[in-house]
Amino acid sequence: MTEKYNMPDDRGHFGPYGGMFVAETLIPPIQELNAAYQRYLNDAEFIAELDADLQHYVGRPSPLYHAERWSRELGGAQIYLKREDLNHTGSHKINNTVGQALLAKRMGKTRIIAETGAGQHGVATATVAARLGLECVVYMGAVDVARQSLNVYRMKLLGATVVAVESGSKTLKDALNEALRDWVTNVDNTFYIIGTVAGPHPYPAMVRDFQSIIGREAKQQCLEATGRLPDALVACVGGGSNAMGLFYPFIEDSQVKLIGVEAAGDGVATGRHSAPLCAGRPGVLHGNRTYLMFDDDGEISETHSISAGLDYPGVGPEHAWLKDTGRAQYVNITDNEALDGFYALTRMEGIIPALESSHAMAYTMKLAPTMGKDETIIVNLSGRGDKDMQTMAKREGIEL
Amino acid sequence: MSRLAATFEELAKTGRKALIPFITAGDPNPDFTVPMMHAMVDAGVDVIELGVPFSDPMADGPVIQRASERALAHKMSLKRTLATAMEFRKTNQHTPLVLMGYLNPIEAMGYEDFANAAQRAEVDGILTVDLPPEEGQEYRELLKARGIDSIFLLAPNSSEERIKKIDAIGSGYIYYVSLKGVTGAGHLNVADVEDKLRQIKTHSRLPVGIGFGVKDAETAKTVADLGDGVVVGSALISKIEANLDDLARAKHEICHLLASMRQAMDEGGQQ
Repeated sequence: MTEKYNMPDDRGHFGPYGGMFVAETLIPPIQELNAAYQRYLNDAEFIAELDADLQHYVGRPSPLYHAERWSRELGGAQIYLKREDLNHTGSHKINNTVGQALLAKRMGKTRIIAETGAGQHGVATATVAARLGLECVVYMGAVDVARQSLNVYRMKLLGATVVAVESGSKTLKDALNEALRDWVTNVDNTFYIIGTVAGPHPYPAMVRDFQSIIGREAKQQCLEATGRLPDALVACVGGGSNAMGLFYPFIEDSQVKLIGVEAAGDGVATGRHSAPLCAGRPGVLHGNRTYLMFDDDGEISETHSISAGLDYPGVGPEHAWLKDTGRAQYVNITDNEALDGFYALTRMEGIIPALESSHAMAYTMKLAPTMGKDETIIVNLSGRGDKDMQTMAKREGIEL
Repeated sequence: MSRLAATFEELAKTGRKALIPFITAGDPNPDFTVPMMHAMVDAGVDVIELGVPFSDPMADGPVIQRASERALAHKMSLKRTLATAMEFRKTNQHTPLVLMGYLNPIEAMGYEDFANAAQRAEVDGILTVDLPPEEGQEYRELLKARGIDSIFLLAPNSSEERIKKIDAIGSGYIYYVSLKGVTGAGHLNVADVEDKLRQIKTHSRLPVGIGFGVKDAETAKTVADLGDGVVVGSALISKIEANLDDLARAKHEICHLLASMRQAMDEGGQQ
C-alpha cells in the first residue's frame, strides 16, 4: 500500500468513522472553528509563528534517542525513543496546545477551556494560556484530580481554574462532557482546546495535524541515523494523539508497521480495561463515530487503567479507520505489564517514562526480541514519569 | 396526518399554544413514569417529550443529567423506554409522544430495529440530540417510512442556512433552544427570542416549540406568545428531585405547575 492517503473527507469522515455528531447548539462554534482552521492551515505567517514557538518555547525538535543498552538487553531490533518527554511541560500535549492557542488568538477568543485526564493536556493548556494572558478553565474528573494532584497544583500555579467533575465515572469522559457544556454556554468568547484526536470534526484532523510534527521529525531523524525508514512504530493509545502524530507521516510508507498499544487494565477478559479498539465496537460519543466501550443498551461503560491518560472508553476515529483497513495494528498491555515497561526503561536507560508511555515500552519489550538486530523500532516516549511518582510510590508502599 | 401535525393544527385553529413537558423515562424509578404521563395529560399538556436516559448526556445540564443517573440506576434503557411508551399508549391514543435522547443507544439497538420498535410503541417523533442534519440520513428515512417525525433543535446562533436545512428535513415541530447553554440554564431574553422566532418563521413552515429557561406560569405565557408551543423540562424534574422521599407530592407539584402554565397560556392566547 503506497497509495495516496487523504483522510478525512470534507465533513470529517474517516470511512464510516468520525463526523460531527453534536447538538445543534454546538454547530455554529464548530463551523467557526473549522473555517478558521482551514484558513490558517496553509497560512505562511501562521505556520511561521507556530514553527518558531515549537522551536523556542517547546524545545523542538525532540531527540530520537538510540536506546542501545535496552536494545542489546532485549537482543533484537534496535530501539529508538522519540523523546516527547523532553518537551516543555513534559509531554507531547504541548505540540497541540501551542497550535490551538495560536488559532484562538487569531479568532479573538479570550477564554480557553480544556478537559484533561492525567493532567498533561491540562498543564499544557494552562501553560499556553498563561503565556498569552488568556483566562483558562480545565475540567478534570474528580477521580483524576485525586490521583494526579501534582498536575492539579501545576495548573493552579499557572493561573488556571481546575474544576473537579463529580458526574458519571468522574474521569476523562465526564471531564469532556463538562467541557462541552461549558463551551455551548460560553461560545462567544471561549475556545475549547481538545487534547486528543477525538471529538467532532475538525478536532481529530486538526489535533493530528498539530501532533504530526512528531512523525515528521522522527522520519527525518531515522533516515539520518540509520539511512532507512523504521520497520515498526509503537505508541500508546488512549484517545490516540501521540500515536496519530507519530503514525500520520508514515501512513503511505506501507513497509512501516504501525502499532498502537491500548490499556488492558486488569486484563481485557476482566472487563476492567480501556481498550475499545481491541475489545469494543463502533458507536457514537463526544461528537464522532468510533470504537467505543458500551453495554448492550448503548450506555457507555466505565473504564479502568493504571494511567489516567488512557482511561477513556473511546478512541480517535482515524485509529478506528486504520484498524479496519488493516494499516495499523492495535494490541493491549495490562497494568502489570506497563509497570514492567516503566521499571525497564528507568533502570536500563535512566529515563523515567509516564505510565501512559510505559504501555508502549512494555509492548516494545515483547516485540523487539522477535525482530532482527538490523531492524528498527521507533517508540514514542510521549511523556515523562514525574507526574506518576505519587502513584508509583503508593504502589510500593512508600509515603512521599 | 401525523398526531403531531394534527395536534398543532387543532391548536392553531383555536389560537392556543402547545404545552410540552419533558420528563426522563424511569426517573426516579420505572413505575413512576406512566402514571405521571397520564397525570400530565389530565393537567392539560398537548405533547409529551420523554427523555431516554443516557450515561453521557452532553447537551443537558445537571438537573437532567441527574435524572438520567437515577433512571440508569434502575436499569432503565432505550428498550424499557419504548416499553413505557407502549404502556402509555394502551390508555391514551391521542397525545403525541416524542422520544428525546442520544444516538448511541439507538446505534446499539440498530437503526431499523429501533424504527420498528418505535412504530410498534406508536411513538410520534424522535429528537436525537447529537444527530445533526449532516449525519444519519438513512436513519431519518427509516423513521419517515414509518410515519415518525424527526424533530430538530435550533439555537440562538443558528444561521439562516441551518434554519432552511432543518425545515427541509425536519417534521412535527422545531424545538427552539432559547438560550445558549445546556438544559435548565439561566434566564431568557424575550426580545432576543422574538427576533429569532421571526427569522425562523420566515424560513420554516414548521411549528416552533420554545424551551430552555421556562420555569413558571409567567415565563410559559411569555414564551407561548412568541411561538407555537412551550417546552418545560428541568423545572419539572426539579420537583421530582426535591421530593424523592415523597413521590406523590412530586407528582402533585408537577401537575400543579403544568396546570398553572396551561391556564396562563390560554389567557394569553385569547387576547
